Amino acid sequence: MMGLFGNAELDALRLSLAVATRSVAFSLPLAVLTAWLLTRARFPGRTLFDAFVHLPLVLPPVAVGYALLLLLGTHGLLGGWLHTHFGIQLAFTTAGAALATAVMTFPLMVRAIRLSLENVDRGLEAAARTLGARPLDRFLSITLPLMLPGILAGAVTAFAAGLGEFGAVITFAANIPGVTRTLPLALYTAMQSPEGDALALRLAILSFTLGLAGLLAAELLVRRVRRLLGR
Amino acid sequence: MLRICLKKRRGEFTLAADFCAPTPGVIALFGRSGSGKSTLIDMIAGLLPPDEGEVQLAGTVLTDTRRGIAVPPEQRRIGYVFQDARLFPHLSVVGNLRYGEKRARDRPHYVRFEEVVQLLGLGTLLARRPHELSGGERQRVALGRALLCQPQLLLLDEPLASLDVARREEVLPYLETLRDWLSVPMVYVSHQFEEVLRLATSLVLLERGAVLGAGPVGEMSLRPELRSVLAPELVGAVLDGLVTAVDAASGTAELSVGSGKLQVSLLGAPLGTRVRVQLLARDIILATQPIQGLSVRNALLGTVTELSADECGGGVLVKVDVGGPLVLARITEGARQALRLAPGDAVWALVKAVSTRGHAFRLFRSPAPPSRSPS
Repeated sequence: MMGLFGNAELDALRLSLAVATRSVAFSLPLAVLTAWLLTRARFPGRTLFDAFVHLPLVLPPVAVGYALLLLLGTHGLLGGWLHTHFGIQLAFTTAGAALATAVMTFPLMVRAIRLSLENVDRGLEAAARTLGARPLDRFLSITLPLMLPGILAGAVTAFAAGLGEFGAVITFAANIPGVTRTLPLALYTAMQSPEGDALALRLAILSFTLGLAGLLAAELLVRRVRRLLGR
Repeated sequence: MLRICLKKRRGEFTLAADFCAPTPGVIALFGRSGSGKSTLIDMIAGLLPPDEGEVQLAGTVLTDTRRGIAVPPEQRRIGYVFQDARLFPHLSVVGNLRYGEKRARDRPHYVRFEEVVQLLGLGTLLARRPHELSGGERQRVALGRALLCQPQLLLLDEPLASLDVARREEVLPYLETLRDWLSVPMVYVSHQFEEVLRLATSLVLLERGAVLGAGPVGEMSLRPELRSVLAPELVGAVLDGLVTAVDAASGTAELSVGSGKLQVSLLGAPLGTRVRVQLLARDIILATQPIQGLSVRNALLGTVTELSADECGGGVLVKVDVGGPLVLARITEGARQALRLAPGDAVWALVKAVSTRGHAFRLFRSPAPPSRSPS
């Protein structure tokens, strides 16, 4: 591997892994909460909320990145306030790339988790109730473990997709080597340069391999957990 | 004492139940499917809010819509054994059993883990997962799980309905053991009369959302309302008695029932056992004079108290007071006219000892130690 790939590729790979990891870590609890709200809660505007959550699936990624820039850029509505009061800057940083990735992969994650929550037998929750479990206890001891296959599938799929997020990242976090130049951005950059063909090919192979490995890992993991749950 | 007075509308269906039943004891909710049995126990458990009414258990108000009381299910101390067991698939048998126990730390414990494992024969199953259990084993684990939350009442919603006959026989003895050793009050939902006979002390009869009658099983067995629900061949007086003599040579035992004696075919029930027998109405012969030269082992002299035409089963049902206990005999209209039977007449009720085979059940193997009673 080291022989085949040079520093530029490995840097991009490391950065992609870091961005995807952060993005999943950040969005997972929110995705569980959102899935729960969309499945179990009844509130006005639920359909609109549902549509809003799924928006990144249908919007051009560049539009999402631009919206993030308007909102969280150093002079953005929220970004300006964060910058002046806490010194937090998201645009053009690795954290920003992770955030853009999280927003883009969020619907994927919510869909997988929601599907698993819909499959949780409410009868088991009722049984837990008669056994003395209060609401939060019930969620943590019964609902959450039974959702685990969906949560894992959602997390791994979002991770794999996050490795390759391009449009939103380049718009919101730009293409800074070592900071926000992830695999797809490095690939794009290589393709733009006259002598970059070989590098571009290596980066493309790396991307294919990673994507395939991610999807396979997700499938195996889910099978294993399902077996543990006896299904 | 369990006091129920509940109303619930669900679309076209209206349930209105009002009855009291003594506790401890096994209260059978008996009726056809769709009569409202499950709706009723869901409301007792607190899983389903009633439109109006109240639930009181041993003086504690659990539900009272007028006073706005609705104790949530998790605080009711009511164990629930569901028809489909509902074991948690992600936990082992031990995990399932301990689930309720862990959450009952602040409650008085009257049954310990080891005891439940032993009573229900769960020792070899502990490490298994629910999907590795048979249907009968699953129900036993569900039973143990419900017991370990130290309930003051156990609800059982047709726990044997999803099992085949062999598996039922695998679970029923355990239910009898629980009744006899732990004296946990139980509400047992069933549409199988045999289960009611084997387990219940009192019977609540439900039909199309209404309570047709409630009372001790023996008393209810004579009520005409029961006949509208029960298959005609299952109609018959239920008598509780004590084994007073066992004759192994002839294969019979003598039961003392009220002030009378009854010879029954009874294998394996030792002296002093409390036994319940059902004398099927169609098995009983009536005679207006003493007769000789018959193989029949019981000739009980009594008085006809009531004659009623039975639309559902056909013929005439004759209620005979045989010196305390009452028996029911089904005869044809022709036989009634030939014997010119009328209330007040003296008759002999003839009961073959072997007719009780398969219709006799042990009751209360041993009185439960008083310290075990749930408070």
